[in-house]
Amino acid sequence: MLTLVGQDQSGIVAQVTQALYQGGCNLGEASMVRLGGNFTMMLMVNSNVDESGLAAMLSPVADKLQLHVHLDAIEGRLHQHPKTDVCINVYGADRSGMVAEITARLAAAGLNIVDLSSDVGGVDQKPIYIMQIEGVAEKGMAPLQQALDALQQQYGHEFEVHLSPIDTLIM
Amino acid sequence: MTVLDLLIYPDARLKNESSPVTVFDEKLHQCVAELEETMRAGPGGVGIAAPQTGIFQRIVIVDVSIKPKIKHHGCLILINPEILEWDGFEIGREGCMSVPDYTGNVIRARAIKLTAQDQYGAIHEYDMEGYEARAVQHEIDHLDGLLFIDRLVSRRHDLFQRKVYKKSNKKTK
Ligand SMILES: [Zn+2]
Repeated sequence: MLTLVGQDQSGIVAQVTQALYQGGCNLGEASMVRLGGNFTMMLMVNSNVDESGLAAMLSPVADKLQLHVHLDAIEGRLHQHPKTDVCINVYGADRSGMVAEITARLAAAGLNIVDLSSDVGGVDQKPIYIMQIEGVAEKGMAPLQQALDALQQQYGHEFEVHLSPIDTLIM
Repeated sequence: MTVLDLLIYPDARLKNESSPVTVFDEKLHQCVAELEETMRAGPGGVGIAAPQTGIFQRIVIVDVSIKPKIKHHGCLILINPEILEWDGFEIGREGCMSVPDYTGNVIRARAIKLTAQDQYGAIHEYDMEGYEARAVQHEIDHLDGLLFIDRLVSRRHDLFQRKVYKKSNKKTK
């Protein structure tokens, strides 16, 4: 797993993947997102070269673009997509501890988070926090709904939480 | 009865356009029966189009009756289907037997008016919505050589916002 972090600028993905391609690597699943103006990417790379070889392969482009590079050996297999069946949206005034509180309750109610993204928007003086979670409801929807109802009871004046099923049609 | 082999992307034949059915004979009935068998053999399959099995004719079967608490017409055999009217739109998660191990979000019309022939050639008109309308639109795409991955929208943003909006609306009433 290759992790790259740095100041965002155009052309990073193209230059990094070009270096990997020329080094004989194969690319797998990837996620790139800009967070607070920073470029961040996690990329599965399949290669015959070991970690130090990969680091050497990437160093010219990483130095040029001033990227932090981090490599971890992982087991990566195909067909490892869990079937997500629930989507949770949260928004409210930005407050510390909110994410920890919500995700702890959801985890206890059987939620396995597969995808999470959050943004801070609003105006400088009153930022708002918006979070979207997708996951697998391992104990079904009912305990999740109960957990969210309890949260809403307790913090309803601070944030809103919505739960919706993801129903996948296979055709 | 036979379960037919499915074409799996990147098989280029999935991009073929299918031809209208002109002969409504025993051979067609046999083909429809085998398609239905193939659809039911897949786990959770709610629809199939003939070109998914390498038969490039405008034949579609849709049956969303396994989904609880929705409006539907049962098992629909649609020959030469054509959508006459579209109404509204919705984002939903789709998967395809011809694109295994991948699902994605697609925008479809919420409701459609459809005309199609049955396997004896008689013409019928249907009004449908929700899952059934989505399934029919997905299958008609197959007849035109289109896959749901041709129509993907972002997984991350604005998921299911319509539904949430509707729900919270009800609450405040
Ligand atoms: Zn399909």
